[in-house]
Amino acid sequence: MSSVQAHLPALQVVLPLLGSLFAGFVRREATGFALALAVSWTAAVISAVLLWQVLQGGPISYHLGGWPPPWGIEYRIDLLNAFVLLLVAWVGAVTMPFARRSVAFEVDEGRQGWFYCMYLLCLTGLLGITVTGDAFNAFVFLEISSLSTYVLIALGRDRRALLSAFQYLIMGTIGATFYVIGVGFLYLVTGSLNMVDIAQRLGSVPLEQTRAVAVAVAFLTVGISLKLALFPLHVWLPNAYAYAPSLATAFLAGTATKVAVYLLVRFFAVILAGSPAFGPLQLADVLLVLSIAAMFVASAIAVFETNLKRMLAYSSLAQIGYITLGIGIANQAGLTGAIVHLFNHAIMKAALFLVLGAVFYRIGSVKLHDLAGIGPKMPLTMAAFAVAGFALIGTPGTSGFVSKWYLAVGAFGHSGWLLVLLIVASSLIAVVYVGRVVEVVWFRPPSPLAETAREVPPSMLVPILVLAGATIWFGIDTRLTADLAGKAAAMLLAAVR
Amino acid sequence: MSARPETLMLAAVVIPFAAALAIPLFRRAPNPREAVTLVAAAALFLAVLSLLPSVLGGARPEWAGVTVLPGVAFAFAVEPLGMLFALVASALWIVNSIYSIGYMRAHDEPRQTGYYVCFAVALGSTIGLAFAKNLFTLFLFYEALTISTYPLVAHHRDAEAMRSGRLYLLLLLGTSMVLFLPAIAATYVLAGTTDFAAGGILSGKASGALLTVLLLLFVFGIGKAALMPLHFWLPAAMVAPTPVSALLHAVAVVKAGVFTVVKVIVLIFGVETLSASGQSGWLTAVAGITVVVASLVALKQDNLKRRLAYSTVSQLAYVVLGAAILTPISVIGAVMHIAAHAVGKITLFFAAGSIQTAAHLTEVSQLDGIGRRMPWTMGAFAVGALGMIGLPPTAGFLGKWFMLAGAMQTENWLAVAVMVVSTVLNAGYFLPIVFRAFLRAPPTPEPGHGAAQERAPAEAPWPIVAALTATALGVLALFFLPDVPLALARMTMGR
Repeated sequence: MSSVQAHLPALQVVLPLLGSLFAGFVRREATGFALALAVSWTAAVISAVLLWQVLQGGPISYHLGGWPPPWGIEYRIDLLNAFVLLLVAWVGAVTMPFARRSVAFEVDEGRQGWFYCMYLLCLTGLLGITVTGDAFNAFVFLEISSLSTYVLIALGRDRRALLSAFQYLIMGTIGATFYVIGVGFLYLVTGSLNMVDIAQRLGSVPLEQTRAVAVAVAFLTVGISLKLALFPLHVWLPNAYAYAPSLATAFLAGTATKVAVYLLVRFFAVILAGSPAFGPLQLADVLLVLSIAAMFVASAIAVFETNLKRMLAYSSLAQIGYITLGIGIANQAGLTGAIVHLFNHAIMKAALFLVLGAVFYRIGSVKLHDLAGIGPKMPLTMAAFAVAGFALIGTPGTSGFVSKWYLAVGAFGHSGWLLVLLIVASSLIAVVYVGRVVEVVWFRPPSPLAETAREVPPSMLVPILVLAGATIWFGIDTRLTADLAGKAAAMLLAAVR
Repeated sequence: MSARPETLMLAAVVIPFAAALAIPLFRRAPNPREAVTLVAAAALFLAVLSLLPSVLGGARPEWAGVTVLPGVAFAFAVEPLGMLFALVASALWIVNSIYSIGYMRAHDEPRQTGYYVCFAVALGSTIGLAFAKNLFTLFLFYEALTISTYPLVAHHRDAEAMRSGRLYLLLLLGTSMVLFLPAIAATYVLAGTTDFAAGGILSGKASGALLTVLLLLFVFGIGKAALMPLHFWLPAAMVAPTPVSALLHAVAVVKAGVFTVVKVIVLIFGVETLSASGQSGWLTAVAGITVVVASLVALKQDNLKRRLAYSTVSQLAYVVLGAAILTPISVIGAVMHIAAHAVGKITLFFAAGSIQTAAHLTEVSQLDGIGRRMPWTMGAFAVGALGMIGLPPTAGFLGKWFMLAGAMQTENWLAVAVMVVSTVLNAGYFLPIVFRAFLRAPPTPEPGHGAAQERAPAEAPWPIVAALTATALGVLALFFLPDVPLALARMTMGR
């Protein structure tokens, strides 16, 4: 037993990888689903055990193949990435039961096996980026997750899915290239790829080489920002989310951008810890401005979207803006807000996209006017939409409020009233786009399509209700979310100072 | 009653929400469905009433709750002001439920199950707000109250109802998120807590200018208090069925607004802190302008419900005015006025709904001679109107009396002038209605237009008449037996 326990960090990644391989060989829908379900839940349990271990005994360092760092690849799990692992694995596990019917409905007959194969590969990549402590190994996993994501998007039945996947492929490849160039520069300066090692060596970098580090930071920031869809590097995201199969959208919205955000935070921490001289780079200010632009511009676009998947995609961009805003604020409360919103937003967005998946399963459309009056026909599903929507707004009693509270307190400490007012004012736009949907869905007479709609079967309904329930649960009980995020933020800030 | 006060307090919060869950189970059987509402209302009132003796005896039941954020918990505590508010709201819920049954059935309104569910959630939110231990918990229920009443405003689902619903939601959620929430966050940053405490938690924590900014954010952020220029939502909300206007937009929602304003002034800032930094002047002016302007607008309204709505805007500003004078006696007046106006205004709305139900009239100019056909309704209306003007022997007199005393004491002549002018204006828009109803001859019916039916005394269904008679008696009773509200008001100010 204990021998298994010691290898949990590797198993976290290896199990989904093997699962994916197997699903690829078998390529049968039923086997693929069973495999994906089993692997997702095993990964979820492993992530919980890992978090527990970190809480008990501090950071875990796992040496892959027994090679000690900095030569070998080190999997290094501290509070921050244990928290992100938990998020990714559990979003995957909770959404998985939804997949069976949804994928059967939305993906062509012969390709359903591939869906599960690619899904598991994507899970592998995302968990890998999170778990690894090696900058180049993170690149490898980044590519694994990206390549599988392109396929997942292209599996959508709408022909525009192909174009969206191609668009994302171009942007994603540019992002990955920028990332690897950035890592290359860091390697040039420090001679190391291990993040902890890089941080230590950066401290003794001679002055004339700091320019190389600055270039590395620029490449890394732009590269990762492409992956996390920071405004204005976001153009791939709305189409990708809109035309991918519903389950893929829900899973990606909950995990992919979040993992990229994690990677950004990790690199900022590594570089700032190693060389405080990068304060004057004004990265934080750039991040603040772009985040605020995202919060307002993307929310405003969401107001006018009639395809609800696209609307939620733009809403995601705005919400990512809140997360990066917290990173830019970079004080205890602000960083806590960023990390906790990373978690909370993943859950509420996964819930919302699953609701759209359920609606699509029943009426074959996610256009706003087709959803008119569907509320009374699918009461539980649409109530879940309202609850998660309120969380998006930041209504007290939902998890969104907790995030916004920390962000507001952090903003107040950072630059006073103005930033606080910007945060709350942009939330007001969310009232408009969520309120609009709620009004049409509940208060309009049913559309021809909605007339015959009825509640989805339990395998789809339960994941929706669990996620919607979680948005309320984490709005009241914040021991898991805000406490951990607070500790992680304190850890990062302590390392930087 | 041997239940512990803490248990009673939590029961009071839980009962309406439990009712909201139970009501849909009976959606196909209207009688048991309404029974659920009535039983819940009675149980709630009993729970709140049983709390009263211990609170009057000085007990302050508390439930420490769940810590949501460091220093901020989801927690409840009863203090005298919240006790009074809960008492008023829960007592009127019983009456209003009886009225609702009569009204909703007489009008054959659609979606009644949803109506009663939202009503129960709104009441639960009101009680939660009244018993909130800190600003966070209060804010949570404040938003829940907005969201749960939104479907009630949009109840008719036609274009006007939807438009009003949107305005309602945007204005109330908007002000609370953009102004109220930052004020709460700033309070937390300054004081390290958001708990309500006697004497306030901000004394010595903020400069005069910062106090002004904070108070501005609070006063306008609490949009439910309907201070001008953020009052538009209230007249718009009148498209709702009349029982909604009566209990929610004369009592629960708007009183939640002024209750929060008073609570913030007394228990967050502290009256001494505010008066020492000279905040009384501008707040008196803002409230005073609202009192007078809203009364002037009310004068011009022909639609009865809209006239009542503007009267509510004006009377709510009275409560804020009482608090703005910033002396203990005027705050006692403000608290008394919360109770007095609640009972009075619900009576007026009940009467308006009764006229609408029985005679299908909505405009003031149509009411000639209506008092002869509907003596109970218009009698109650007259009593309510006297209460609004503030004449004895009605409850409205007491609140104004204390406020006037406070204004004289602090030589706040602006406040005195506002009260005098507005009393004249109140009389100006209420007395003509009573005059029309009783002293003008009814319009001669056109021949062949059901003449006999027009002239016969035709009161509304009995639940409606019973409800409005009960609240009219309440207006009088509060004048003769003001002990309980007065004691609670005094305890709020610690004397």
